[in-house]
Amino acid sequence: MDMARNPNITPERRKKSPLEPETPVVDVCDLRIEIGNSGYDIIDEVELTIASGEVLALVGESGSGKTTLGLAILGYTRRGASIVKGKVRLQGRDILAVGDEELRSLWGSQISYVPQDPRAAINPALTIGTQLEEILIAHLPQQSRDERHARIAEMLDEVLLPHGEEFLSRYPHQLSGGQLQRVGLAMAFACRPRVIVFDEPTTGLDVTTQNHILETIRRLCSEYRVAGLYVTHDLAVVSSIATRVGVMYAGRLVEVGPSGAIFKSASHPYTRRLIQAAPEADGRELVGIQGSAPRPGSRPRGCFFSARCDYAVERCIKEFPEVELVDVGHDVRCFRHLEVSAGLNERPRPASRPPGLVSDDVVLNVSGLEAAYGKHVVLHDISLQVHSQECLAIVGESGSGKSTLSQCIVGLHSQFTGKLTFKGNPLANSVRDRGREVLRQVQYIFQNPYGSLNPRRTIGQNVAQPLKLFYGLSGGQLEKRIAEELERVSLSSSTMRRYPDELSGGERQRVAIARALACKPALLICDEITSALDVSVQAAIIDLLRSLQRDLGLAMLFVTHNLPLVSTIAQRLAVMTEGRIVETGDTRTVMAEPAAEYTRMLLANSPIIGSDTKQRLNP
Amino acid sequence: MSLMRQTLKQTRARVSLVLIAGVVLVAVLGPYLALAPPNDFVGPPFQGSPYSPFGTDLLGRDVLSRFLSGGLSILLIALIATTLGVALGTMIGTTAAYLRSRSGDLIMRANDVLLAFPMIVFALLIISILGPKPWLLTLTVALGTAPRVARLARSAALEVVDREFIKVSELFGESRYAILWRELLPNIASPLLVEASLRLTYSIGVVASLSYLGFGTQPPDPDWGRMISENQSAVSIQPWPVLMPVIAIAVLTIGTNILADCFLRTLVGIERGKDS
Repeated sequence: MDMARNPNITPERRKKSPLEPETPVVDVCDLRIEIGNSGYDIIDEVELTIASGEVLALVGESGSGKTTLGLAILGYTRRGASIVKGKVRLQGRDILAVGDEELRSLWGSQISYVPQDPRAAINPALTIGTQLEEILIAHLPQQSRDERHARIAEMLDEVLLPHGEEFLSRYPHQLSGGQLQRVGLAMAFACRPRVIVFDEPTTGLDVTTQNHILETIRRLCSEYRVAGLYVTHDLAVVSSIATRVGVMYAGRLVEVGPSGAIFKSASHPYTRRLIQAAPEADGRELVGIQGSAPRPGSRPRGCFFSARCDYAVERCIKEFPEVELVDVGHDVRCFRHLEVSAGLNERPRPASRPPGLVSDDVVLNVSGLEAAYGKHVVLHDISLQVHSQECLAIVGESGSGKSTLSQCIVGLHSQFTGKLTFKGNPLANSVRDRGREVLRQVQYIFQNPYGSLNPRRTIGQNVAQPLKLFYGLSGGQLEKRIAEELERVSLSSSTMRRYPDELSGGERQRVAIARALACKPALLICDEITSALDVSVQAAIIDLLRSLQRDLGLAMLFVTHNLPLVSTIAQRLAVMTEGRIVETGDTRTVMAEPAAEYTRMLLANSPIIGSDTKQRLNP
Repeated sequence: MSLMRQTLKQTRARVSLVLIAGVVLVAVLGPYLALAPPNDFVGPPFQGSPYSPFGTDLLGRDVLSRFLSGGLSILLIALIATTLGVALGTMIGTTAAYLRSRSGDLIMRANDVLLAFPMIVFALLIISILGPKPWLLTLTVALGTAPRVARLARSAALEVVDREFIKVSELFGESRYAILWRELLPNIASPLLVEASLRLTYSIGVVASLSYLGFGTQPPDPDWGRMISENQSAVSIQPWPVLMPVIAIAVLTIGTNILADCFLRTLVGIERGKDS
């Protein structure tokens, strides 16, 4: 691993970079973090600067070390990780060298953190007002009560929240996710820190809310000259917020550059593949990245991306590329970055495929469905049809009732009225009252691949369950079928002997798909099945699903909150909000000319990498 | 099972196993090692014995022989009662958690009523009505154990029943029994194991107490609990018949308690490892 270390990266060399407008607020220097004292690095050779007023987006797949790096900038490491080398300077001062006491006083006043899940980060037992005041008392004890209250009002104004007594006396559970994250932002900005680390703060929020939060972050960072580090796995999200973008892969920073340059002429093959994996409104094919990133301890000698790279040459397998300058302020670690940025070996990203043949026979017919939880009615007069060989997408934000609808259809939520017919036969409300044949033909894939497989049973046993129940298979026959089903979703048959926790999220979702398809269903319902996955993995899963749907002639109901994603998979879509369907139609038509006000708003707020970017990448 | 392996890495766990194994060996092999028949009169009461330096009890029987022969019943009753109780409690708890409807609530409320009785009072009530029989003693202790296990099994199962793989099984039309047994149970096995070893500690204590009160093995057969009660009046001149069973029971309960604690530590440790 030492061979790969780069002697050329020295502070002197980097100081020459003329793009940096002023001395950076944050200066990370040759940082290496290991797992315990195993000698295996989580991240290594990381060099990074953030100037005041700019937002640096740190992009990478799960396990790439982006959060580890983000936390290191706070001077913090998670249990089991230790910083073994390097410096993190905050305005010239190495915060890794300061004592605990001093670090604690820096936290909150100079350095802040906005965590991913505001519900976990804000004390549920204290009111919003109390918690905001606590920060001010801790860091600005000289302020008087009145000054503090004036400051709190100002803080809440900045994040566009009401600041009346009524709001301040609310408890966290009385606020929506978006409001809570705004409170989180207000807390982070409370003492006018120099640096804020944002750890995927919009994950789990609706696109509209996400857009507002991003806008607030951008505005506040530039207004108060805060150096922001925005950690995320989604390139599309950062295209609107970041001044600069850093791309992490397997613990290395492989490319850093101005936002525009990254999206227009990315010079690292991985960055380009990430951009291609992001969905966009015109329904172009998603191109996933095959394989997975090497884990700490099993990383090769050469470039870590070489095994998945279209540009890899012999040299890439032997040594890890040094940092090369593409342009001022644009660094990349790739031997062939000139060829890469010219898109030499690029497989052109195919335009959207013409919608497949949709037959007329209706597989699923829902009419006048009304569902409730107790007395609370959540679905109103839902009617829709799914034809055989057709994929219908149901798009809506959280709370729109889209998941309830899909659960009504499969019979997990039975408190509903209305007509539900499958291949012309009425469906019972509850799954317990449905016949075996219907259970086999209607398959459902859950959102969370971490929960849908029994952790105490092997992959083989998990997939075997429906095969035993529906086909009575056993012994060698069963094993053969399991292997076939796994191979169909591009998993090796040896996977069947492993346990779910040995698999990545994408692999688990493949297993869930294999298990559903093992039943040879006529209707497949996918409930947000890619929302827990990385963008590149999402692209691969979507690609797989679509080819399977075409090959098997499946009717599919694809439930999602991600409007751009729909155009790559569904022929028709239905947009839901507040328990009603507000628009249905052909996907292309709806995306091009949305009729409903709500659809227009949803489209406008969806994070999409700028269209000018795409033209360069898809000549 | 990895919980076992992880637990046994702790020195405390190995020490506790040695303690438990020691007492169990004494109880199981004791009857064969006893030099004198435990019910034979070998000398005057509370005097020296020709067979061992531990002397004789209030009727002049050999203390060591009685001690060696008197452990098995307590141990067996406690073990069987705990096993039965844990099994019953698990069934009640998981069923209540899985049903989750009114019938589930009803089961748990009934369970709470049982829970309100102190175990020893409950046992005394039943045994004093029906008479001291070993099977009844086992059953009573099991019944006393079950509601406590049910409470834990239910809360552990509640976290699992909402997981998607349970719903997946429902969607496949899997029977309720199969879902409970094959999907749910393996996922709560670890906390149940901790609870079981803790319950064993309690059961040993309760069975020993009951036999001290005279509801265990009936005279003249030896029994650790009754040895204490029979000989306590002369503890100042002849301490052995009291001291030996007391030490054995103490070592056993301490051993099982430490083991339970080690299981728990491993369990919490595993979860902490997953978080980071």
